[in-house]
Amino acid sequence: MSAGTLELVCPAGTPAALRAAVDAGADSVYCGFRDRTNARNYPGLNFDPEELAEGIAYAHGRGCKVLVAINTFPPAGDTGPWCLAVDRAADAGADAVILADIGLLDYATRTHPQLRRHLSVQASAANAPSIRYYRDHFGVKRVVLPRVLSIDEVSALVEETGIETEVFAFGSVGPMSEGRCFLSSYLCGVSPTSEGACAPANHVSYVESDGRVLSKLGPVTLNAFAPGEPAAYPTPCKGRYLTHGRASYLFEEPVALNALAILPELRAAGVTALKIEGRQRSRAYVTQVVGTFRQALDALARGHAVEPLLSTLRQEAEGGRETFGAYRKGWK
Amino acid sequence: MSAIAPARLTLGPLLFHWPAAKRRDFYLRIADEAPVDTVYLGEVVCSKRESAFDPYLDEAVRRLQAAGKTVVHSTLALVTTPREVRRLRESAEHGLLVEANDVACLDVLAGAPHVVGPYINVINERTRDVLASQGAIRIALPVELPEASIRTIAAGAGATAIEVQAFGRQPLSVAMRCYHARSHNLSKDHCQLVCGLDADGLTATSMAGEDVLTINGTQTLSYGYGVLLDEIERLRESGVGYFRLSPHDLDMVRVATRYRELLDRQREPAAVAAELRAMLAGRPLINGFVRGHAGMTWS
Repeated sequence: MSAGTLELVCPAGTPAALRAAVDAGADSVYCGFRDRTNARNYPGLNFDPEELAEGIAYAHGRGCKVLVAINTFPPAGDTGPWCLAVDRAADAGADAVILADIGLLDYATRTHPQLRRHLSVQASAANAPSIRYYRDHFGVKRVVLPRVLSIDEVSALVEETGIETEVFAFGSVGPMSEGRCFLSSYLCGVSPTSEGACAPANHVSYVESDGRVLSKLGPVTLNAFAPGEPAAYPTPCKGRYLTHGRASYLFEEPVALNALAILPELRAAGVTALKIEGRQRSRAYVTQVVGTFRQALDALARGHAVEPLLSTLRQEAEGGRETFGAYRKGWK
Repeated sequence: MSAIAPARLTLGPLLFHWPAAKRRDFYLRIADEAPVDTVYLGEVVCSKRESAFDPYLDEAVRRLQAAGKTVVHSTLALVTTPREVRRLRESAEHGLLVEANDVACLDVLAGAPHVVGPYINVINERTRDVLASQGAIRIALPVELPEASIRTIAAGAGATAIEVQAFGRQPLSVAMRCYHARSHNLSKDHCQLVCGLDADGLTATSMAGEDVLTINGTQTLSYGYGVLLDEIERLRESGVGYFRLSPHDLDMVRVATRYRELLDRQREPAAVAAELRAMLAGRPLINGFVRGHAGMTWS
């Protein structure tokens, strides 16, 4: 990676998606084990230890790194599976682990000092002292920044801490401070924090009522829409609620983050790596989005414009609408 | 009767944006009448509210301390701007014990004795031990934890005290975005502090008409009031020593008095529940998280 270039970090929800991301030009892929230890613990996703070893061999053979997300918070009395996941990532030759829990960071630091540690977005480190805390106590080399910061704030953090930063460039938008959101467990009893699943599918239902479709999480209606009207998956922060008697997307509109048009600004801010969200998305999505961002970064490196690539990404955006999220002033 | 440590009652930080004069009167009454051992002061939710209470802060601290209460300064739960970091440093130098609600505080405090607040994820014994070794004398646990987790964390906590919230709407998320401003079609930069209009927060109702959440500026809370009642004895036996009441626009002296009686085994949990229900006038009690169910439920 030469100075001034951005590392493209891509989602690998399955071994097939990993190969697709590598083939489409990822500099790094991130993935997790098939259990509660990662924040995308959904049926049909993730890796067993053997698949991880094979994935790492495939990626390393093509100059691509593999980062293993072990980024949920181990529950009391049951931290063993999380420690084992760190051991397995180290044994498999992962290039880094992405962690959030302070106790698990401590374990990794003591047990595998040579294994590179990244701080997950789930740790919600959104300021310089927090970053220093994780850097100084646990030797964290890179911080995945929460999706709550403007470009100016990102730039100031890079300058003040000198740490590698990874920022979200494409995918879903989480308006809440991550790793500290209990909305899903409040509504349906499953904790994203320790079980790695927000609004799991087996708690989601769709009911027809008076010519409308109601989407529900647990017993609670999160949206109502006309049959055929596109609607986002019912996570609590993407629902419609009534306040002052008026229905609105109180937390976040059904939009997807797309920072492609502001890549030059992110590069100028000193960001190290761009993260594509979407371990739960299809292999075709991975190929399309990773390929487009690869082209964009190559264009950027040659001093060319990236805007011509925007239209190819539109169809992948959730609900078809895009946002710069917190990167631009006015979002808050 | 087992020989368990005395249970302390605490008053958590006021989460809502009350007018400064109302807040002053509230704390002076708490000082004079509420049987709480510790009072947390400080703005947790939004730095735009942070200076509003400054004119009365010293007086409130003095009166509470004169009444024999320990005063702890609670910090913001989400710190992002350099101004917020500066304010954090100032509060660390203020001389009061600090409740750290953002990991930033752990760097700023650099090992000095402090309380870890419920907005820092301490959900297992490994994290508890790391934080205890870095100066945490007490850890207030997140509201999401079930009873078994609380007991596991408390059981091996040694000299580090464990605190849980026993009464009040439960904090579910913090954000940069202001949902109160959004509900009034305002931007956060021009919010006019509309969060101050709702002394207990703004109700968010589902499209099917169920009251589900409470909006408080950038914070989201439960709609129901979380309560610990039957659980308290068991939690005390496992080593939980501090029980927190989160302030609401209610007679909090009465709430504190009932909880003190409950802790002293002078009143039954069912009687306290009945009285709280009457005070809440239709707003539900909930205990789903501590029971290991969906947080909004009651059983």
